[in-house]
Amino acid sequence: MVPITTFHYLLVAAILFLLGVMGVLMRRNVIIVLMSIELILSAVSLNLVAFSRMWGNLHGQVFALFITVDAVAQTAAGLGILIAFFQNKESGQG
Amino acid sequence: MAFVAAPIFYLLAGFVVLGGVLVITRQNSAHSALALMGTLLAVAGLDVTLYAPLVAGVQIIVYAGGIVLLFLFAILAVNLEHSENDRRFNRMWPIGLAASCGLLASLLYVFTKSKALFPDRMMTLPGSSNVQDIAKMLYGETGRIAEYTLTFEITSLLLLVAIVGAVMMTKRRKIQQPIQ
Repeated sequence: MVPITTFHYLLVAAILFLLGVMGVLMRRNVIIVLMSIELILSAVSLNLVAFSRMWGNLHGQVFALFITVDAVAQTAAGLGILIAFFQNKESGQG
Repeated sequence: MAFVAAPIFYLLAGFVVLGGVLVITRQNSAHSALALMGTLLAVAGLDVTLYAPLVAGVQIIVYAGGIVLLFLFAILAVNLEHSENDRRFNRMWPIGLAASCGLLASLLYVFTKSKALFPDRMMTLPGSSNVQDIAKMLYGETGRIAEYTLTFEITSLLLLVAIVGAVMMTKRRKIQQPIQ
């Protein structure tokens, strides 16, 4: 079998990124669009960790941690907007 | 030189791709949330094979344990009863598919041109533990700050802003009484 190199990890991250982009562009349900944004972010973090392993230093891993924190913040903000929108809609004043 | 044994990599990569496809194609959004959790756990597994245990652990706890839980609460609070009858894909889906194919084409072009750039040799493992090394890069050593300390402080500010914003957005406001 061919040995697993950096390239294989980059391919997996690219496929995940592509699936996330397709989910953002093609789905109607806004919660699934937010989930696809999570897929995009985790693809980027996988890419960073793969390059960090390739170069042998830890900069990629540290930045992957920051991307995780950023994903949490934007998911919280996005779901807050969603819930506020549906609260407004259901109360009849939307 | 191989990073890791091939069957482990292909198993985890298969879970990643399968989970990703399930996230974007399920009708029920709770099914998509569970598929997202599976995808994020498989990505954490790939991070373990890349010798990044702290990143993998943080991804399991924060992504798979926190964000998916947030999504499930949001699905519970908002639209589970509406999602069964809606159409799955929106009206623009051919354009989205074409844009994704364009992205796929550009990614394939980049990959085929640059395949020679990625070295195959295996990096030596660091001598000390991964968590200590990352902590040294985040917090610095005695008497000096590290290069990522400022970024770390800014992310804590970002989290504070996100929390305050989310709480303020979802507070129910009292309906103003008309003046008699």
